[in-house]
Amino acid sequence: MGIRVIVDKCVGCKLCIRSCPFGAISLAGKTAVIDLDKCNLCGACVDACKFKAIVLQKEKKPAGDISAYKGVWVVAEQYRGVIQSVSFELLGKGRELADKLGAELCAVLMGDDISHGSSELFHRGAGKVYVVDSPKLKHYQSEPYSKVLIELINEYKPEIVLCGATSTGRSLISRVAVKINTGLTADCTGLDIDPQRRLLLQTRPAFGGNIMATIICPNHRPQMATVRHKVMKEAVPDLSRKGQAIRKSYDDEVLSSRTKILDIAEEADQKINLSEADIIVSGGRGLGKGDNFSILHDLADTVGGAVGASRAAVDADWISYSHQVGQTGKTVCPKIYIACGISGQIQHLAGMSSSDIIIAINKDPDAPIFRAANYGIVGDLFEIIPVLTKKLKALLV
Amino acid sequence: MNIAVCIKQVPDTANVRIDPKTNTLIRQGVVSIINPFDMYAIEEAVRTKERLGGRVTAITMGPPQAEDALREAISMGVDEAVLASDRAFAGSDTWATSYTLACTISKLGGFDIIFCGKQAADGDTAQVGPGISMHLGIPQVTYVKKIEELNASKARVERMTEEGYEIIETPLPVLFTVVKEINQPRIPSLKGKMRARSSDIRVMRAQDIGADERFLGLNGSPTQVVKVFTPPPREGGVMITGSVDEITDKIVEAIKNECKPKF
Ligand SMILES: Cc1cc2nc3c(=O)[nH]c(=O)nc-3n(C[C@H](O)[C@H](O)[C@H](O)COP(=O)(O)OP(=O)(O)OC[C@H]3O[C@@H](n4cnc5c(N)ncnc54)[C@H](O)[C@@H]3O)c2cc1C
Ligand SMILES: Nc1ncnc2c1ncn2[C@@H]1O[C@H](COP(=O)(O)O)[C@@H](O)[C@H]1O
Repeated sequence: MGIRVIVDKCVGCKLCIRSCPFGAISLAGKTAVIDLDKCNLCGACVDACKFKAIVLQKEKKPAGDISAYKGVWVVAEQYRGVIQSVSFELLGKGRELADKLGAELCAVLMGDDISHGSSELFHRGAGKVYVVDSPKLKHYQSEPYSKVLIELINEYKPEIVLCGATSTGRSLISRVAVKINTGLTADCTGLDIDPQRRLLLQTRPAFGGNIMATIICPNHRPQMATVRHKVMKEAVPDLSRKGQAIRKSYDDEVLSSRTKILDIAEEADQKINLSEADIIVSGGRGLGKGDNFSILHDLADTVGGAVGASRAAVDADWISYSHQVGQTGKTVCPKIYIACGISGQIQHLAGMSSSDIIIAINKDPDAPIFRAANYGIVGDLFEIIPVLTKKLKALLV
Repeated sequence: MNIAVCIKQVPDTANVRIDPKTNTLIRQGVVSIINPFDMYAIEEAVRTKERLGGRVTAITMGPPQAEDALREAISMGVDEAVLASDRAFAGSDTWATSYTLACTISKLGGFDIIFCGKQAADGDTAQVGPGISMHLGIPQVTYVKKIEELNASKARVERMTEEGYEIIETPLPVLFTVVKEINQPRIPSLKGKMRARSSDIRVMRAQDIGADERFLGLNGSPTQVVKVFTPPPREGGVMITGSVDEITDKIVEAIKNECKPKF
């Protein structure tokens, strides 16, 4: 195992030095030298080298029998018996992957009195739905949910398992991957198939969106990935589609949980539905103070949209955290995202750059948000927004 | 209470910038910090100890320079620090990282609570905490925003969900991942900083943690990075200029085009 520079091939061109996210490569004379204390074996330099002068070797594992694994699975997420739209997004992508593999698309549905949900999953493209129905699965709990999923995977051996990168999905699927001893790639923004090797090509942002990495899981099955809500497009429902529901039940051993939910509290404020809105009006430090968010609320209310915010605005206590968009907030994908007084740092862009149309209003012509925007306006948001709201109001009556 | 807190050293991504000419990371001036989410984990561990007595051990897996992160944790009130560091750990994905940390935690032994951050700012996976609890075979509660009650055998906590929060009871030992709502991390005191400078950091190598070598580092990682690239910039942007009246007309036009049936 390890990484090394083939001295004969290295020409000292420095391409690798620039590609290294860890600053681990330097030039000694005319050859690249890798500082192994800094190197993370990420392989960026191997990719960057035009002369094939860097090799990264991994000890070959005796590959288990991975050919027994077939089919693409989506772990459906339900809350109080309602299937969450992230599951439909996964089915949309899952269909594409399954077709490329010539494999079947299945869903797993866990809950209490949940069987009715399987037809919804058939409509969205699942050919089979594994239904596990039990009062003990009414609400998500890490232990029973992960044990059930582990049982199902071990029995039916899917080659790919997709799960929403929601708080539920992440808590569940990381446990499953560890137990099954397979790889899991979080927060994929792109999924594709290498048809020759039947590999799932999983692309995701790293370093706060500064670089993208494509990741594979060559020797373990299933290949597992999570995808954030709103990154993929929902599968279009076809009400005539039918499928096969496979009902499974498990004993108390599998369904038991050491943790117990004593109570569930819903907070109205969390329900602002940022991720469902078609139009989002977002504010940043440029708003100056919390009260000024009212002009954004006016605009959002006018068009039936929602209000988002940068972290700077949230940190200043102008608006609650549930409105935060970005790497540490929500990922959104509205038709229109209007960024007002937001500079557009990479962490903010990570949460909204897949919006269909981005409109940015900022006083500073050099603000990085303009590089992400479809329409850029250099100007004072306090002059522009109220006029815009008035015009839209007039249009809508 | 015997408490462990897992922390990761990450590049301060707020300062990471892309050089628009070469399309590569500008490393100059990028410093390493404790993963911001782990600051809440450290603070909660220290507060728990201050309330109920006991010891807090900070653990990190990383290169030798990750020692700085541990010293900063000590300055905030952590009692002991362990650096799991070995060439054999390099190239770990979340599977191998959680395995290595779980082995280190088992080797040290006897913890009642293990705190982790919600996720690491460089990878954002949120996989390592649940992974550790699975390897250790202990219960987990993710996204903890408040510890309501805690005694020697069990805890009652609030777990943040997409819809609000849940109140969960769990036996100890348990692993918690915490969110920023849980507390406000303290500024290290001068005394803390001095203690941090003089404290010993215990370094543990692969052979010290009782791990099966086949599961460590690059070899133990099921996933493999095959390509790293800079995301293509969004293209086709136009600047709208003119008077406020002209500008707003053009925005209205753009909104109309995009949301046709509505307008
Ligand atoms: C680990 C980590 C995670 C992070 N996660 C997130 C995240 O999830 N989401 C997020 O948003 N940030 C996040 N950040 C913070 C991010 O780096 C930026 O600091 C933040 O996004 C800046 O917010 P801002 O654009 O509102 O403020 P600023 O950068 O201060 O920008 C304010 C802008 O307003 C403009 N302005 C001022 N007055 C007006 C006016 N009257 N009219 C028009 N324009 C005006 C200014 O020109 C300026 O460009 C994270 C940072 C770190 C380190
Ligand atoms: N190398 C590491 N050393 C110690 N703790 C870690 C390490 N990597 C991750 N963690 C812990 O796991 C949490 C989640 O990290 P991640 O799964 O990488 O997003 C972090 O907030 C840390 O508490």
